[in-house]
Amino acid sequence: MNEFVAFSLTPLLIGCLAAVACALPGNFLVLRRQALIGDAISHVVLPGIVVAFLITGTISTWPMLLGSAAAALLAVAMIEGIQRFGRIEPGAAMGVTFTTLFAAGVLLLEQSDTSGVHLDVEHALFGNLESLIWLDATDWASLADPVALAGLPPELLRIALVAVAMIAGLIIFWRPLAISTFDEGFAGTLGLPIRAIALGLVIASAIAAVAAFDAVGSIIVIAMFICPPAAARLMTNRLSVQVLWSVVFALNSAIAGYFLAGYGPLWFGSQNAVSAAGMIATLSGVILMITAIAGPARR
Amino acid sequence: MFFEALTFQLGYNATLVTLGALLLGLAAGVTGTFLFLRKRALVSDAISHATLPGVALAFIVMTWLGVDGRNLPGLLIGSAISAFLGLLCVQFLTSRTRLSEDAAIGAVLSVFFSIGIVLLTVIQTMGTGRQAGLESFLLGSTAGMLRADAILIAAGGAIVLTLVMIFRRPMTLVAFDPGFAETSGVNLTRVDLIMMGLVLGVTVVGLKIVGLILIVALLIIPPVTARFWSDRADYVVLGAGVLGGLAAWVGAAISASVPNVPTGPIIVLVSFGLFAASMVLAPSRGLLSTYLRHRRFQTGVHVRQGLLALAQGQPIYEPLTLRLLQREGLARADGVATEDGQARAARAHRDERRWEIARATPALELAAARYDGLTRIEDVLTTDQIAEIDIRIGGPEVVA
Repeated sequence: MNEFVAFSLTPLLIGCLAAVACALPGNFLVLRRQALIGDAISHVVLPGIVVAFLITGTISTWPMLLGSAAAALLAVAMIEGIQRFGRIEPGAAMGVTFTTLFAAGVLLLEQSDTSGVHLDVEHALFGNLESLIWLDATDWASLADPVALAGLPPELLRIALVAVAMIAGLIIFWRPLAISTFDEGFAGTLGLPIRAIALGLVIASAIAAVAAFDAVGSIIVIAMFICPPAAARLMTNRLSVQVLWSVVFALNSAIAGYFLAGYGPLWFGSQNAVSAAGMIATLSGVILMITAIAGPARR
Repeated sequence: MFFEALTFQLGYNATLVTLGALLLGLAAGVTGTFLFLRKRALVSDAISHATLPGVALAFIVMTWLGVDGRNLPGLLIGSAISAFLGLLCVQFLTSRTRLSEDAAIGAVLSVFFSIGIVLLTVIQTMGTGRQAGLESFLLGSTAGMLRADAILIAAGGAIVLTLVMIFRRPMTLVAFDPGFAETSGVNLTRVDLIMMGLVLGVTVVGLKIVGLILIVALLIIPPVTARFWSDRADYVVLGAGVLGGLAAWVGAAISASVPNVPTGPIIVLVSFGLFAASMVLAPSRGLLSTYLRHRRFQTGVHVRQGLLALAQGQPIYEPLTLRLLQREGLARADGVATEDGQARAARAHRDERRWEIARATPALELAAARYDGLTRIEDVLTTDQIAEIDIRIGGPEVVA
C-alpha cells in the first residue's frame, strides 16, 4: 500500500484532473461542432514547446507553457484568418493550419540539438504519466508531511489549478455559455458578447490542453476533449446532466485506464505495463461505443 | 546536391523515393480535391490516425508467425484494415447517433491512435528488439528504405491515380451537389465509399514516406491551394495534383540532400509555402487582387461622389475624396474644380440624372437594376434609349 502512494497516487490524480479539465470545456466544443479545435490545439502545442526550448535553451515549465499557449493562439488566429480571408471552409482551414504547424515543430526539433534533454515527438504525443511519481512519499502519512509534500511533482499542482479554474469558470459563465452555445442569435439579442464567449471558450480549451499535455501527452488531451462529452451527450438532453455525466465518464476512464495499463498485462503473464495515457484514452473510446449502442438519448 | 536530387541523379534508391513521393503527392492532391469539395476534408484525419493499431497488430501477428515484423506489404495491409474499421466507426457514429461528424472524427482518431500506442508499448516489451522501424510510421522516413518498398509505394500511387481518373465524373457530381447526383441515378453511398477508399489508399501508401500524422496535409493543402486559382472543378483537380506532386518532389529532394530534414514535414512545409503564395497572389480570389479590387472600387466611388458634389456646387469635406480629385487634376487644393474637373463633373451629373430617370421608368427596370453609382449608363442602355431620356431631362446644364 505504501508503494501505491509513492508510485500510483500522483499519476492517478494527474490523470483524473487532466481528464476532467479537458472534458469540461469539451462539452461545449462538442455542442458547438468545434470538437476538432481540441485536436488542432494539441497538435500545435509541439512547435510552441520546441520554440520555447530553442529560445530559453532549457526545459523549464513557464517558457514551455507560454510557448505552447502562444502556439495555440497563433493556430486559432491562422484558422480564422484562412477561413475568413481565403474563404475556405473551417475543416479544411483547420487541416491546413495544424499540419503545417506540427510539421514545423517536427522539423525544428530535428534540426536543433536536443540530445541532452528529454524532448522528442513520441514524448509529446504519448506523454509519460507513469514517470510522474512521488518519491518523497513513504505512506499515507506523507500527505500530512510538509517535507514530503514539497516533493510532489509540479505537474500535479499545475493541473489541479487548471482543473479548479475550469470548474470555477464553468460555474461563473454557465448561463452565457449555455445560451450562446444553443442559440447564438438569441444570445446576441440578449446583448451577450458572442464572439468574446467563443474566443474565451477556445482560450480555456487551449489552457486545459497545454496543462494536460504537459502531464499526459496530446493523445489523452484529444480523447478527453471529445469522448466523455460525446458519450455524455448520448445519455441525456439536459446540459447540466450532460456535464456531470462527462465528468463521471472522464474519471472512470482515467482510473480504470490507469489500473488496466499497470496491472492488465499481469493477467496475461507479462511483467511490463503498457502506456497509461493510451489506455485511458482507449477506455474513453470504449465508453463512447457503449453509449452509442445503448445510450438512452443516442438519437 | 539539391539540384542532383531534383533531377534524379542521386543514385537509384534516392531516385525511386523521390519518384514515389512525386506520384504520391499527385495522387493525394487529386483524391483530396473531391474530399475537400465534399466538405469532409478532416475525415482523412480520422482515417490516417486509425492506421496505427493496424500497423502494430500486423507487426505482432507477423512476429508470431515467424516472419520479419517489418515486412512493408504486411504492415500496409494491417493499416488498411484498421483504417477501414475507423472509417466504419465514423460512419456509425454520424448516422446512428446524434453526434456531429467532427465529434465522430475526433473520437475515432484519438481512440484508434491510443489503441495503437498501447499496442506499441506491448511490442516494446515483446523483446524482439526490432520494433524501432515502427515509430517511423508516425512521421515517415525514407532513410534505409528498401528498393522493393519504394517500388510498392510508386506503384500504389499510380494505381490510386488511375482509379481517380476512372471515377472522377461521379465523384465530381457528388462533391458538388449530392442531392442532384442522387436524383440523377448516382448511388451516393457507393460513390462516397469509393472516394473514402481512394483516400484510404493514399493514406496507406503515404504512411512510409510522410507518416500518418502528416499525410492529411497532402490530402488537404494542395486542393485548398488549387481552389484559389480556379472555380472549375476539373482545373482544381488538375491543379491540386500538380501542386501536390510539385511539393512532394521538391520536399523529397530537399530531404535527400540536406541532413536532418525528415521527408514528411518538409513536404508539408513546401506545400504550405505554395498555399501561402497562392492565398496572396492568386488572380481573382487572392488577397492582393481582392485588396486592389477594393481600392479601385473605393477610388471610383470617391471620385464619383466628389464630381457630383462639384457639379452641384457643394463643398467637399472628405479628405480622401479631395486628395483623389486633386491627384487626377480635377480639383484644386481648396476644393474648387479645374476646367477638366468641371467637364467631368457635368458629365457625371448628367449620367446621374439619366440614371434617375431610367430607374423611375418601369420599361427600363431590368437595366436600371444595374445601377451601382459607378457603371456608366452608356454601358447599359442603347443610344436611342438615352436620347429618349435626354428629351425628358432637357438640354445639358451649365455648371456654376
